[in-house]
Amino acid sequence: MREHLTAEGSGHTLDGNLQLRIPSRAEWVSVARLAVAGIAHRIDATIDEVEDLKLAVAEACTNCIQHAQGNEEVLVTFEISGRRITVVVEDGGKGFDGRALAPEPLGEPKVGGLGVFLIRSLMDEVDYDFDPLTGTKLTMSKMLGL
Amino acid sequence: MDIKVSVRQSDGASGPTVVDLNGEIDVYTSPKVKETISELIDQQHYRLVINLENVRYIDSTGLGVLIGGLKRVREHSGSVNLVCNNPQIRKIFDITGLVKIFGIYDDEKAACESI
Repeated sequence: MREHLTAEGSGHTLDGNLQLRIPSRAEWVSVARLAVAGIAHRIDATIDEVEDLKLAVAEACTNCIQHAQGNEEVLVTFEISGRRITVVVEDGGKGFDGRALAPEPLGEPKVGGLGVFLIRSLMDEVDYDFDPLTGTKLTMSKMLGL
Repeated sequence: MDIKVSVRQSDGASGPTVVDLNGEIDVYTSPKVKETISELIDQQHYRLVINLENVRYIDSTGLGVLIGGLKRVREHSGSVNLVCNNPQIRKIFDITGLVKIFGIYDDEKAACESI
């Protein structure tokens, strides 16, 4: 039987969804980072887990801002289910193929491709849904306390 | 969220150039870091120690700036050493394999002596 986290003393589960819509500009990525940090603290993530989530979410938003075309906003949805946190990042523009950005194993110093590599390293599951008409949807999840 | 960047010379003219960074390095702030490093290299500073002791966060764009700087100084037989004692930041260099490319030290003295 799965135990659900509860707000302190309230008996209420913390399962649920939250959404954040940020302008597709570099100066707003830190807000997405702060948001996921706040959510992660709320569900008792460790410091390491908080830092992993911050970086993964920021990298996903950065990819949307740098590679997608024609998008004015980035939509970030946080889904909490027990000890699992799932984050969906959508650019709503012409998108970019995240699979194409996935890097080869590192050897020589390279400037590009590190963001996707970090996301895949820090999160348990990562899935790209790319559609040139509706944009890119990145779904990533992490089980806390592993 | 911002980044403060300052430059000084270690041990007078003979020592490496030290770049102190204080804050968070991300897609918004990394251009400022890139500009400083590029200017130093343009001024023929090819031995750089980049002090990350007061950096609380770095992402791939920040790593890209450091890699770009390293590539440029290597063209002049130079090198870049990093000072990093934050375990979360260090972990990112470990994951990406950049520990094999940069000299990474716990304190500035060691980073300056080893360059």
